[in-house]
Amino acid sequence: MELFHSVNVDWLGKKWYFLAFSLIFSVSGIISMAAHWAHPVGGRRSPVPLGVDFRGGTQVEVQFKQTPNLEEIRRATSDAGIRDASIVNYDIPSHNEVLISLPEQHAETALDTGRQQIENALRAKFGEGAFDIRNVQVVGPTVGRQLEKQATLATLYSLLGMLIYLWFRFQLIYGIAAVIACFHDTLITVGAFALLDSFGIKGMEISLTVIAAILTLVGYSMNDTIVVFDRIRENLRLSRRESLPDVVNRSINQTLSRTVLTSGLTFLTVLSLFVYGGPVLRGFSFALVVGILIGTYSSIAIAAPMLVAWQESRAGSGKTAALPAAKRSRV
Amino acid sequence: MKKNLKQKIVIIFGVLIVFLYGAFFGFDAPNLGGNQPLLSKLTQHIHLGLDLQGGVHLILQVQVKEAVNTETDNTAARIEQDLKTAKVTFSQVLKPDPARPELIRIEGVNSTQASAARSVLDNKYSNEYDIAGGGADGSFTVTMKPNIERALNDRTVQNTIEVIRDRVDTLGVSEPIIQQYGLGDNQILVELPGISDIDRVRSIITSTARLEIHAVVGGPYPDEQAALSSVGGALPPDDELVHGSGSMANGSDADSVYVLQRVAIVAGTDFRSADPGTDSNTGQRTVHFTLTNEAGDKFWEYTSANVGHSMAVVLGGRVKEVANIESAIRDSGEIRGSFSQDEVAILSKMLRTGALPASINYLEDRTVGASLGSDSIRQGVTAAVVGVLLVMIFMLVYYKGSGVNADLALFLNLVILLGFMGFSGATLTLPGIAGVILTIGMGVDSNVLIFERIREEMRAGKAPSAAVDQGFAHAWTTILDTHVTTIVSAAILFLFGSGPVKGFAVTLTFGLAANLFTAVYVSRVIFDAHVNKLKAGEVVSI
Repeated sequence: MELFHSVNVDWLGKKWYFLAFSLIFSVSGIISMAAHWAHPVGGRRSPVPLGVDFRGGTQVEVQFKQTPNLEEIRRATSDAGIRDASIVNYDIPSHNEVLISLPEQHAETALDTGRQQIENALRAKFGEGAFDIRNVQVVGPTVGRQLEKQATLATLYSLLGMLIYLWFRFQLIYGIAAVIACFHDTLITVGAFALLDSFGIKGMEISLTVIAAILTLVGYSMNDTIVVFDRIRENLRLSRRESLPDVVNRSINQTLSRTVLTSGLTFLTVLSLFVYGGPVLRGFSFALVVGILIGTYSSIAIAAPMLVAWQESRAGSGKTAALPAAKRSRV
Repeated sequence: MKKNLKQKIVIIFGVLIVFLYGAFFGFDAPNLGGNQPLLSKLTQHIHLGLDLQGGVHLILQVQVKEAVNTETDNTAARIEQDLKTAKVTFSQVLKPDPARPELIRIEGVNSTQASAARSVLDNKYSNEYDIAGGGADGSFTVTMKPNIERALNDRTVQNTIEVIRDRVDTLGVSEPIIQQYGLGDNQILVELPGISDIDRVRSIITSTARLEIHAVVGGPYPDEQAALSSVGGALPPDDELVHGSGSMANGSDADSVYVLQRVAIVAGTDFRSADPGTDSNTGQRTVHFTLTNEAGDKFWEYTSANVGHSMAVVLGGRVKEVANIESAIRDSGEIRGSFSQDEVAILSKMLRTGALPASINYLEDRTVGASLGSDSIRQGVTAAVVGVLLVMIFMLVYYKGSGVNADLALFLNLVILLGFMGFSGATLTLPGIAGVILTIGMGVDSNVLIFERIREEMRAGKAPSAAVDQGFAHAWTTILDTHVTTIVSAAILFLFGSGPVKGFAVTLTFGLAANLFTAVYVSRVIFDAHVNKLKAGEVVSI
């Protein structure tokens, strides 16, 4: 069985469609992020919904024996004097789970009182056996700052590592094209979180594990782009008479089966994780699902056309026509 | 060629067995007895993270300034003593700034005695303190040296860790983690798997069962106002107001306020032991304590000099009992008060294991209930099984015979991955399971790369063995590239990630490392074995 026998698509010819597609998703992502920024939750502004790791505060996951009524719960907490409690449904409805969140406490001596208050309020209203506390997360401001710092350092070092690696393996223009493709992927993936939120789908939040997913998919997208670039480089070396756009098109067509299959298989596994993996990993698997799709797309639709566009702008300004042969690979 | 192949097959089986062993037994001797289900045997050597087991994760911050405070209080008292002995007059020794407990000031030294004062201070305190002053205003500043303060902070954190470890023992947790937390200053990480009663944990860990004996300046007063007016409206820096607890020895329930001297006569580590007892007269529960020798001497000195005065026993910041000093006491005594049996037992245990040298604040608290933990395991494993099945079926359908090759490699991959986990004792977290799933997807990618190349070469007309050769040769650099970049990415996540993320980085790395072996070496061997059996004109099933 073979899905991609003798493909011959003019990818570069379709670049305006690709650009439009990317623009639509990027811009809607940006607009959602701006909208989210404009409506701060609990005193913290951010472009995307933040998990408790970065938002700080208290988050209690409660499972009720019977379908919970959010209004009743809200009344229970406000009766107990708890202010600014956010109460939302969690996981699939048949699980009867509710997420109760409190904003960040600034006095670190009393960090835990929120959780106790919630528990007491629920017990008073519903009775001892009517609910079960499944998960509690309380993050104080000190740890919140530390986690932010860790996430930022991880991102910076990852990007740095990638740039260094690209510098060794490829010429500058390849590297820039790959980095722009990765940036595009990250923007759309992160924007997807904000987009869901603006459609009213709550609960997809950026937590530490989601950052890990994003860093992983950046690496994955980079790999994918490298597969195409490797082939372009090889074909450039072998044939000096073809124009760059033709070489690029041929390279993409040759690697198409490889690219689509590898991404497809990884996508299958990640989709399984998204569907069956449970609510704790949902943000993580969502980031991977979107990221893998976009990462594959960007290698063909963004990185390759960028190469050609750069080349054509250089040709237009009178510089050398053919893309200089890149560094010899280690084969 | 054939002999080489046999060797390689033996190596592969050897690897399979070694890692199967590792997955089940780790580095220990095999334990084939017992009728545990296979799955639980597997998970014995693979530690489950808190998010899969359920448990409590706390990050605490030790308020080290309190320890510094106590230390400088003691030093200030000693300085007063020394100056008196040297017959140097001064108006007071105090700590002017509560926010800077490392600073002691001596005020009102007569200018003629300045050099005498200086030499007293230099003699005894210059090792640990910086001494400045002696100017016209007759004041000296004694500041704890920064490196001494840092050493004290470290000791305080270490002591706190020891105390918490002792206390956690009473909870009967298997494999608790209590260690210094590197990300911040004076922070401690406490992880207790299997416990979900966070309140009990908290009360045991942070109970400041501080037992101290203070000299009574005045009291009991009915409230703080009355207490303040007795000292002329403003509380001198040497004194503090302490409330009585509800269960005082005299049986009264009403709140009462005492004015006590701030610096304790004996406190904390001065107590060598404490045991529950019963008052023979009243039948009340009491706590019988003994002091260390050094503290006993101090106590003897104080009580002999203060017969007829009162002293208060302060427990957990509240006055438990007020006693008249009838005669000098050396090193043992009895605390009366209407204690409950629990209180007495906890108090004794706390005094024996030592009071916390400083109080602790919670910075982070994550508690995962056991039900969520088991749900997470179930969901993770389901996703993994579905993912593996989807991939295996696809490979069989798309690559036919070679699909079997890929599936075998995939299976071996998983075994090696589990073996790595068993050998290294690494912790499996929920993102870790996700890492395994991702590894499966990325691992089979390598097979696809190779197979696609082989197809290309065969389409170009090459013979099966040549096609296989070319397939592996060309794909190798790309496979190496993708694996190395992802492993480096995982390494960075491991360095900067939290517990669950570390688990993800670990399984991803192990899985990809295993894949470098299976996708290239093992797949190649299977291909070679297959190609050897092909007759002329036959092609590889791919």
